[in-house]
Amino acid sequence: MFPEADEQGMPVLDLDSQKYIKIWQGPNHPGVTGNMSLELTISGDEIMHAKTHVGYLHRGFEKLFERRRYIQCFPTCIRMCVPEPDINEYNLARGTELLAGIDVPPMADWIRMLVLEMARLQVLLRMVPGQAGTIGLGLGAQWGLYYRELILDRFEELTGGRIYHMYILPGGVRGLLPDGFKDRLEDNLKKVESFMKDIDRLIYSNAVFKKRTKGIGIIPNDWIEPYGITGPVARAAGYQTDIRLDYPYLFYNQLEFDYNLEHESDVFARFRVRRKDVDTTVDLLRQIMAKMPDKGDFKAETPNVLHWKVPKGETIVRCESSRGEYTFYMVADGSMYPRRINLRGPSYTHAVAVLEKLLINANISDVSPIMVSLATCPPEIER
Amino acid sequence: MNELIDHIKARFPIYDVIESQPGQIFVSLEASKLIPMITSLKTNHGFTVLVIFTAVDWIEDDKFQITYVLNNPKEKQDLGIRVFIHRDDATMESIHHLWKHAATFQRELKEMFGIDFPGSPGVDDPFLLEGWDNIPPMRRDFDTKKYSEETYFPRPGRETNDPATFMKQTLYPDD
Amino acid sequence: MSEKKQTEHDKFLAPENRKHTVIGPDGEEIQVDPLNDYFCTDLPKVEAPYKGVLEKFLNWARAESLWVLSYGTGCGSIELPPLFSPRFDAYRFGVAMRPTPRQSGVLIISGYLAVKTLKRVIRSYEQMQNPKYVIALGSCTINGGMYWDSYNTINRLDHYLPVDVYIAGCMPRPEAILAGFNKLKERIKSGNAEGANEYIEKLEWYKANQKKIIKDWNMPSYNW
Repeated sequence: MFPEADEQGMPVLDLDSQKYIKIWQGPNHPGVTGNMSLELTISGDEIMHAKTHVGYLHRGFEKLFERRRYIQCFPTCIRMCVPEPDINEYNLARGTELLAGIDVPPMADWIRMLVLEMARLQVLLRMVPGQAGTIGLGLGAQWGLYYRELILDRFEELTGGRIYHMYILPGGVRGLLPDGFKDRLEDNLKKVESFMKDIDRLIYSNAVFKKRTKGIGIIPNDWIEPYGITGPVARAAGYQTDIRLDYPYLFYNQLEFDYNLEHESDVFARFRVRRKDVDTTVDLLRQIMAKMPDKGDFKAETPNVLHWKVPKGETIVRCESSRGEYTFYMVADGSMYPRRINLRGPSYTHAVAVLEKLLINANISDVSPIMVSLATCPPEIER
Repeated sequence: MNELIDHIKARFPIYDVIESQPGQIFVSLEASKLIPMITSLKTNHGFTVLVIFTAVDWIEDDKFQITYVLNNPKEKQDLGIRVFIHRDDATMESIHHLWKHAATFQRELKEMFGIDFPGSPGVDDPFLLEGWDNIPPMRRDFDTKKYSEETYFPRPGRETNDPATFMKQTLYPDD
Repeated sequence: MSEKKQTEHDKFLAPENRKHTVIGPDGEEIQVDPLNDYFCTDLPKVEAPYKGVLEKFLNWARAESLWVLSYGTGCGSIELPPLFSPRFDAYRFGVAMRPTPRQSGVLIISGYLAVKTLKRVIRSYEQMQNPKYVIALGSCTINGGMYWDSYNTINRLDHYLPVDVYIAGCMPRPEAILAGFNKLKERIKSGNAEGANEYIEKLEWYKANQKKIIKDWNMPSYNW
């Protein structure tokens, strides 16, 4: 009944026979942060062929970087990943420091680690309950958005903005923690922990959720290196990868945590890995607050940032986000403007090449859980 | 990592070896020797992950630099390979048989820079732009500010408040 | 929809939308012209408002029940889910999210618009039924914002769609968006929010602007 495959593994279809219909699952999706459309060829309820179309959010970032000075690239570059902007700030600041040879004081590195983990927590608080929204349970998302607002309040107190902070700059950070910040953050963490117990009862012990999500969207183990899969999607297949442990940056080598692995590699396993990531993040935040020094410089001396000529060179910086691995490739040529900055997010491979293969022979109502489990975020595909 | 570089130098003509970070080295290579070297790195030396595959436009020297960055997950090393091709008739051999997601990178390079990769699946499909009829936009001779002012109606009244320009105009109005 | 205009854009039409021959069930051949036969080719008409107490009552009803099409078009849409969550509850003002344009009255353009998205937004806007309003969030709709020199984003939204309320910010907080909804309600109740009629009166100017930047126009001229 299923058509044969050609040399690339995609089925050969005769579109003129009246067996197949082409439908578009169009740009606005529930649950995906951004616009991406899928062109599906279906027969009854099963998908025969899928093709992703991106480009709805293309702003030409890499061309704009060539027209802006290094410090002016920061407000532009953080809008690449809209839910979690701090990792891009960190990557760009780290790359500029490596090219220009600036050393960052330790207190600034501890504060940067705190900010990155808080950003990861607020993304997971929206993603983990929101996963059930794809199969119709929208209650968890409404609760989760409230607890996310508590963390955004802490961000507003520290940096002045809710979503886009511009707090991490080349040389360090913009300021120290306010008084009493750590106590308020500890209060919020206690509330988040008791909330996650509710989510365990609502979603992860739910029979309908388990039946809908177990056994679909399985990624075999030999797809991980040929497709460049990183982050929680690879960890759900039992592959040990975590940039914080493999290439330790900031002071992650002084904290104690481990890989969160699962072995079935279906949609439910990926959701479980994210649930475990929330526990790891809360634990890391407590460790950071305990081990942070009390005083120190928060910024190193940098030359005048408006007339800063960065010496020639090229470098690669990477960072672990809640979705996978973010990599920046920066080339400097000795002038005030960067020669080339190339950003690559994890959805570049997860949502274009892997998704087209995963959707073959899947049900139409399974498309949404599979996309959300791969955490597709279209702005980082097309920048 | 230095033994690896010596081992590769004995077999392939690499030059311009620069270590940008501990565990991260960039080398340059001739375009025709690229596929044998990458295949040997992937099968014999454990560089099984393709991290970044992009191009840089050096318009002053009339060439494109294509950079392939490979990663060895067990030894935790990065190796970046720079290849230079001509700007006017830009083609390069495709590596889609080694990594499946290289086809996406090649599709984007064809659209944004105009570099052709013959044989790559789907390399002519438009990826990010729709209905584009100008030169490939990432090339350095494409002026994006001029294109935006002519096509999209800019709102008048945008002035610069840069103090350096203001002082320069006040003190030296004739320059 | 004259013959001449259709042939200019013929090369972008999908094969099933061009003029072609269809073989009927008895073997007869029928000539089909989809853009004229299957789609409505009338132009819309201006609906003048009523007068007096009836219009005031209808304006009150329209203002108190604003249903929004849930289409997040740009970066500003990250602040729309918090708007519909318990902390900044927008449902108490009568604002709800609907999935299709046929059931909604307000289109929120949240941020910048790439050319590819503008084509879909125009199609959604023309499929909405009167009365309809447009709210533009963020500074990218006012003068291009931070992507003013990009080759793929538009600079001024009001050359392509009629805008009723602009909300400044990058991006506006949920409290700012609620204030914007209040401003829209005041405009509706005072009878000033006639964006839909203005679109129909100046249809040629809007269409010329749209077709200048959307180079592969493969849909009917007005999408009912």
